[in-house]
Amino acid sequence: MTATEAIFGKGERTALIAPIIANNPIGVQVLGICSALAVTTRLDKALVMGIGVVIVTACANLAVSLVRNWIPNSIRIIVQLAIIASLVIVVDQVLKAYLYELSLELSVFVGLIITNCIVMGRAEGYAMQNPPWASFLDGVGNGLGYALVLLLVALARELTGAGRIFGYVVLPVTTDGGWYVPNGLMLLAPSGLFIIALLVWLLRTWKPELQEKD
Amino acid sequence: MEHYANLLVKSIFLENMALAFFLGMCSFLACSKKVDTALGLGVAVVFVQVLTVPLNNLILHHLLAEGALAWVHPALAKVDLGFLSFILFISTIAAATQIVEMTVDRFAPKLYSTLGVFLPLIAVNCVILAGSLFMQEREYTFGESVVYGVGSGLGWAIAIAAMAGVREKMRYSDVPAGLKGLGITFVTAGLMSVAFMMFSGIQV
Repeated sequence: MTATEAIFGKGERTALIAPIIANNPIGVQVLGICSALAVTTRLDKALVMGIGVVIVTACANLAVSLVRNWIPNSIRIIVQLAIIASLVIVVDQVLKAYLYELSLELSVFVGLIITNCIVMGRAEGYAMQNPPWASFLDGVGNGLGYALVLLLVALARELTGAGRIFGYVVLPVTTDGGWYVPNGLMLLAPSGLFIIALLVWLLRTWKPELQEKD
Repeated sequence: MEHYANLLVKSIFLENMALAFFLGMCSFLACSKKVDTALGLGVAVVFVQVLTVPLNNLILHHLLAEGALAWVHPALAKVDLGFLSFILFISTIAAATQIVEMTVDRFAPKLYSTLGVFLPLIAVNCVILAGSLFMQEREYTFGESVVYGVGSGLGWAIAIAAMAGVREKMRYSDVPAGLKGLGITFVTAGLMSVAFMMFSGIQV
């Protein structure tokens, strides 16, 4: 970065904002879908997972970008994996120390951030060619884009499946004497796929240039 | 024996990696356009899975678990390196993938070129790492980990092959513009997942 460039110039702003909607990692780049589905039965799980991914993606991008000129091309994947795995270990240990109950429920999915394609994809596709600050912002942006989809899906599933938002009763369910009959399917695995399909459909109807030609 | 058979059925159908846990979705979606490619990738995943889950089981029990290092020196009997499991598991997986890649390149060059970038990407395929992590979480013994490796790999291979079959037929259907490609594939996977839920409760 030259001295004349602003710390938060146009390039940096694009790196941060574009991935949130226009270049959303899940809806457009088709990255990181695995974990998007399994942790979205409740909002708190999705929130913790989203925060974890934002931190890991941002720090991994920063670290990879800092050492990008010293990584030999043939072993770059291993180097990236080592960086990412170390970061995920930190996140996992912090969760186990402060949010033990939640970390049990997230079970293997925290560890699976290592193989989350978003982290790897951004490290390989962006951080390897760009300076540290822009890479960091790109990581934050992509993490946020991912967290946004995660939260939307979790909101839909928790609200219609259990009548709650963040564990607070919004629609009183019939089993507790209320009027809302919860849709049990929403808490089961397949509904995650249907909701993501709906989101993708909405996004692509809104922005037709994203549609696929057969 | 019954216990192992039960575990095998459970890991193939009930806890199908792709359709019950949504793991390995990226390659599940991207490599399921043709049955041939899907089968090739499925076989490669089974192979890597069978190799890595038992191997990681050995690493876990002889290097990482609490007190596992006692054979090196009695003073190390209290060391618990469990937190290092992520990084060691992923290294084993990366090495195993490299071996598979070289083998496929040598003996099946055609498959090698069709699988393209997804072969090295098996290393970051969630199915493989998840197999090892589930093995750690559920505290499988060595025998169980072999069975679980075979089962979870096979389950994923079956799912992607079935998905590719459906998608080949679907090429002639009239899909709304916004749903084309990614969207309709998600819906299909969702419906298949509903179908797989039918297996729940089966005991051998």
